[in-house]
Amino acid sequence: MDRRDFIKTAGLGAFGLGGAAVGTALIRATTTKPSREVVRAKRWAMGIDLRACAQHPGCRKCIDACHAAHNVPSIPEPRHEVKWLWKATYERTFPEQVHEYTTATTREQPVPVLCNHCANAPCARVCPTGATWKRADGIVMMDEHRCIGCRYCMAACPYGARSFNWQDPRPYLHTVTADYPTRAKGVVETCTFCAERLVAGLPPACVEACQAAGFGALLFGDPDEPGAEIGRALRARDALRRSPALGTAPQVFYLV
Amino acid sequence: MADGAKVAGGLMVFVALACAPIWLVLARRSTASQPEIELPVGQKRCVESAEFMRQRHAALLVDWRDAVVREGLNRYVASDGREFRISLTGTCLGCHTQASAFCDRCHAYIGVSPECWSCHVRPSENP
Ligand code: HEC
Ligand code: HEC
Ligand code: HEC
Repeated sequence: MDRRDFIKTAGLGAFGLGGAAVGTALIRATTTKPSREVVRAKRWAMGIDLRACAQHPGCRKCIDACHAAHNVPSIPEPRHEVKWLWKATYERTFPEQVHEYTTATTREQPVPVLCNHCANAPCARVCPTGATWKRADGIVMMDEHRCIGCRYCMAACPYGARSFNWQDPRPYLHTVTADYPTRAKGVVETCTFCAERLVAGLPPACVEACQAAGFGALLFGDPDEPGAEIGRALRARDALRRSPALGTAPQVFYLV
Repeated sequence: MADGAKVAGGLMVFVALACAPIWLVLARRSTASQPEIELPVGQKRCVESAEFMRQRHAALLVDWRDAVVREGLNRYVASDGREFRISLTGTCLGCHTQASAFCDRCHAYIGVSPECWSCHVRPSENP
C-alpha cells in the first residue's frame, strides 16, 4: 500500500466511524406543540380606556399583577429601575397632544404605558442577535437566552419601554414566582404581551387583573376578529397612539 | 546492539508503570468512581428513557427552550406518548426536586456549570 492508498483508506475508515457515532447519537423525533386551549390571533392589540382608567386614581392592579407574574424587581434607584408596565403623565405619554390650553389636571393624569408591540418595531430592527424580533402574530418577543446586553434596542425604542439589568435583580424581588424565570445582570427585558399566558389560553396578567377588579380599562384581542370587543371599541371611539409620526405603528391604542 | 536487552527491559518497566492506574483498577475489579446522584422517589420513568436523558438532556433542554421562546409552543410529547408541560423549573425540577443533589452533583463531577439558574428558579433553594 503506498502513501496515497493509505490516506484514502484511513479517511474512509474515519468517515465510517464518525457516521456511526452520529447515527447512534441522533436525537429521537421530538414533538412539541401548544396546549389545547391556546388563544391565537392574526394580530394582537391592546386597548387602554383612559376614561375608565381615570376613574380609579392610584390603582396599581395591572402593574402589580404583571410585575408579580414576571418577577420584575422593584429597584428604588431610578437609573437602575426595571419595568414592564408603569404609569406616566398624560403630558409625557402624548407630548404632541398637549397645547397651551391643556389643563394641569389633564397634563398630570397618569396613563398606563408599556411596550407598544409596534408593527414596525425599531428595536427588532436593530437587534444584532435576533434576541428581540417580531412574531407573526404581532408580538415583539424577547429571547433572554440570546440577549448580549448591547442595549441597541433601548436606544432604538422611542418609548423607553425596555429596561436593562445593571445588577442582579434577585435581591429586589419581594416574592418569587417560581414558574417564570427571573432575569440576570446584563440582559434587557420588556413586556411580551404575556406570550407564556396566551399559549396556555389565558389573557395577559394586567388585563385579567383589571377585569377581575371590574374596572374594564384594559382590552386585549384581535381587532380584526368579528365580534371582538377591542375591534368594536377601536371602530366606535377615538383612539390615540404614542408618537404616531415616528411611523412605528404601535399596537397599543389609548381610547379617549 | 550490546545494550538491546537493557533497553528492552527498561521500556517494559516504563510501560508497566505508565499503565499502573489501569492495572490497579483492573486488580480491584471496580470501574471508575461515579457521581452519587439522588433519583426522585416515587417516580419510575423520566421524560424519556434514562439512557436517552443521560446522553441528550442538554439537547432536549435546548429544544424545549426554542419551542417555548421562539416558536410559541408549550407542550412536549415524549416518544411513549406522555405529554409534559415544557418547563425547566415546573417539569424537570417538579420530579427532580433536589437539583443540588442531582443536576449539580453530576455537573460538578463532569466539570460543566450551566448558567440557567441565574434566571430559572429553584423553588426550594431560591430567596
Ligand atoms: C416524571 C418525573 C420526571 C421528570 C418530569 C423528569 N425526570 Fe429525569 N428522571 C426521573 C426518573 C424517575 C429518573 C430515573 C430513571 C431511571 O433510572 O430509569 C430520571 C433520570 C434522569 C437522568 C439520568 C440520571 C442517571 O441515572 O444518570 C437525567 C439526566 C434526568 N433525569 C434529567 C431530567 C431533565 C433535564 C428533566 C427535564 C427535561 C427531567 N429529568 C424530568 C424522573 C423525572
Ligand atoms: C448523569 C449525570 C447528569 C445529570 C444527573 C444531569 N446532568 Fe446535565 N449534563 C451532564 C453532562 C455530562 C453534560 C455535558 C455534556 C452535554 O452537554 O451533554 C451536561 C450538560 C448540561 C447542560 C448544558 C450545559 C452547557 O454548558 O452546555 C444543561 C443545561 C444541563 N446539563 C442541565 C441539567 C439539569 C437541569 C439537570 C437536572 C434536572 C441535569 N443537567 C442533570 C450530566 C448530567
Ligand atoms: C437571562 C435569563 C435566562 C437564562 C440565563 C436562561 N434562561 Fe431559559 N428562559 C428565560 C426566560 C425569560 C424564559 C421565558 C419563559 C417563558 O416564556 O415562560 C426562558 C424559557 C426557557 C425554557 C422554556 C420555559 C421554561 O420556563 O422552562 C427553557 C426550557 C429554558 N429557558 C431553558 C434554559 C436553559 C437550559 C438555560 C441554561 C443553559 C437557560 N434557559 C438560561 C430566561 C433565561
